Amino acid sequence: MKKMTILSGKGGTGKTTVTASFAALSENAVFADCDVDASNLHLLLRPEVKETIEFRGLNLAVIDPDRCTRCGLCEEKCRFNAIHGFEVDPIHCEGCGVCVEVCPVGAIDFVERVCGHAYVSETRYGPMSHARLKPGMENSGKLVTLVRQNAKRLAEDGGHDMVLVDGPPGIGCPVIASLADTDKGLVVVEPTLSGIHDLKRALGLLDHFKIEPVICVNKHDLNSENTTAIEEFCVREGVEVVGRIPFDPNVTRAMVAGLPVVEYEPSSPSSKAIRETWSQIKRHLRMNE
Amino acid sequence: MKIAVASGKGGTGKTSVAVNLALSLGGVQVLDCDVEEPNAHILLRPEVEETIPVELLVPKIIEDRCDYCGECARFCQYNALFVVGETAMVFPELCHSCGGCSIVCPRDAIVEEPRQIGRVLKGSAGDIDLVYGEINVGEPLSVPVISAVKKHIREGSTVILDAPPGTACPVVETVHGTDFCLLVTEPTPFGLHDLQIAVEVVRELGVPMGVVVNFAGIGDRGVYDFCEKRDIPIMMEIPFDRRIAELYSRGTPFVAAMPEWKKRFMDLVEWIGGEVSK
Repeated sequence: MKKMTILSGKGGTGKTTVTASFAALSENAVFADCDVDASNLHLLLRPEVKETIEFRGLNLAVIDPDRCTRCGLCEEKCRFNAIHGFEVDPIHCEGCGVCVEVCPVGAIDFVERVCGHAYVSETRYGPMSHARLKPGMENSGKLVTLVRQNAKRLAEDGGHDMVLVDGPPGIGCPVIASLADTDKGLVVVEPTLSGIHDLKRALGLLDHFKIEPVICVNKHDLNSENTTAIEEFCVREGVEVVGRIPFDPNVTRAMVAGLPVVEYEPSSPSSKAIRETWSQIKRHLRMNE
Repeated sequence: MKIAVASGKGGTGKTSVAVNLALSLGGVQVLDCDVEEPNAHILLRPEVEETIPVELLVPKIIEDRCDYCGECARFCQYNALFVVGETAMVFPELCHSCGGCSIVCPRDAIVEEPRQIGRVLKGSAGDIDLVYGEINVGEPLSVPVISAVKKHIREGSTVILDAPPGTACPVVETVHGTDFCLLVTEPTPFGLHDLQIAVEVVRELGVPMGVVVNFAGIGDRGVYDFCEKRDIPIMMEIPFDRRIAELYSRGTPFVAAMPEWKKRFMDLVEWIGGEVSK
């Protein structure tokens, strides 16, 4: 089984557009949306949820005013500035348990909190693992890990030979969690100076975890000088550019229709480019038809 | 006045709005709180005057004193400590620096030492002051770097905070304590979906908000219908314009080439001021 994670560093470069189209082109794959706080893949793959799993993240400290003697030790020891006036601010509490430990009268409870839900679903292209973090909750990577594990289980149980992961933007916790066991990282980049800056940091992250990268330039015709700069940079770094997707209004139209663009308008310029990119990737993963 | 620029979905134009807003007003401070992928400096091209390391205290086990009782590992909620047999290990990148392990250790075998996870850069571009954070590649915890950036807020002046994408803790850390949140979205199903979650986060924080629709003209009417139903003002529309996109791709803020937009951004801030004082 091969696992490829689609990431970008910079947000909004087209990760989900590309992943959804790959899902439609794939033959025997499982899909995972590891962007759990601003997930979008389900809007194109329209999964039917088969199983919902409650996700408990870190606990929350709660001070019982009846037992509290107002000594203030908890506030003094809390490093997250989450305790004020003998009350815990749930927004800043990181669930470390220090206040619970130091309270001399045992006035602080450590309660579980449901931080989101994970889903195991079926789509018209294959099984899908996804999740939804509650708004504003800590995304420590644990829910992402659950999504990843569910996808692996789906692939093993169903005899699927590939897991396609739509990654979150950035390079922090959730991205690192989505990269575990990844064979190949596809970085989707746009030809802007910001895109190039963020690409370099994303490649740095893949290198840090010894994952082989490939690159796809989206909206390559937006700035051909920058596209050339990206291609030259990739040659120097020994990273293969496996795709060049042109700007195409059909991408947005497909999004409005709730379909991967390769299905919505198979003859569109972006669809053609995405199909070519997909065959390059399959060659890379040694999964030729 | 502190104005946060957030979005939910990535790539909707947060940084572009934050920087163009700053340049239109002049004399303001910009804090780039997207410490995983900061971009404001690419548009502002500041002269960096100061670089400050961001450090977290992480445990160090004094082997001579440790008897491998495992109390520290049982206490740690982040699995940053692991004790088996005669081995005690620390995974510093998982540590949130709560200090609990050194409190619970019965033999005083844990000391804390600083470890660098990123840096804060301070500089200026013309009359704009920029502070931005950068997390080291491979480090997972962005929130401490964001709070290190926010320590440099210039109280009493206009401050624009550029938030990271998403709707989780890094966004909360950025928007918390600001006077107003501008949510930049695109009029597509993706933009709408993530805007809905972002609105919940900002409501929870009790920060008043308004929406900027970027790439107006593409997509559908979902974002407009949602804002009307939820009574959230759409304070600006920036059309989908190839020229703006090309300027951005070269790292040029569009007000520099299209000065007629400066007045619109100034009007926007006046509107925000009115909303804040309500």
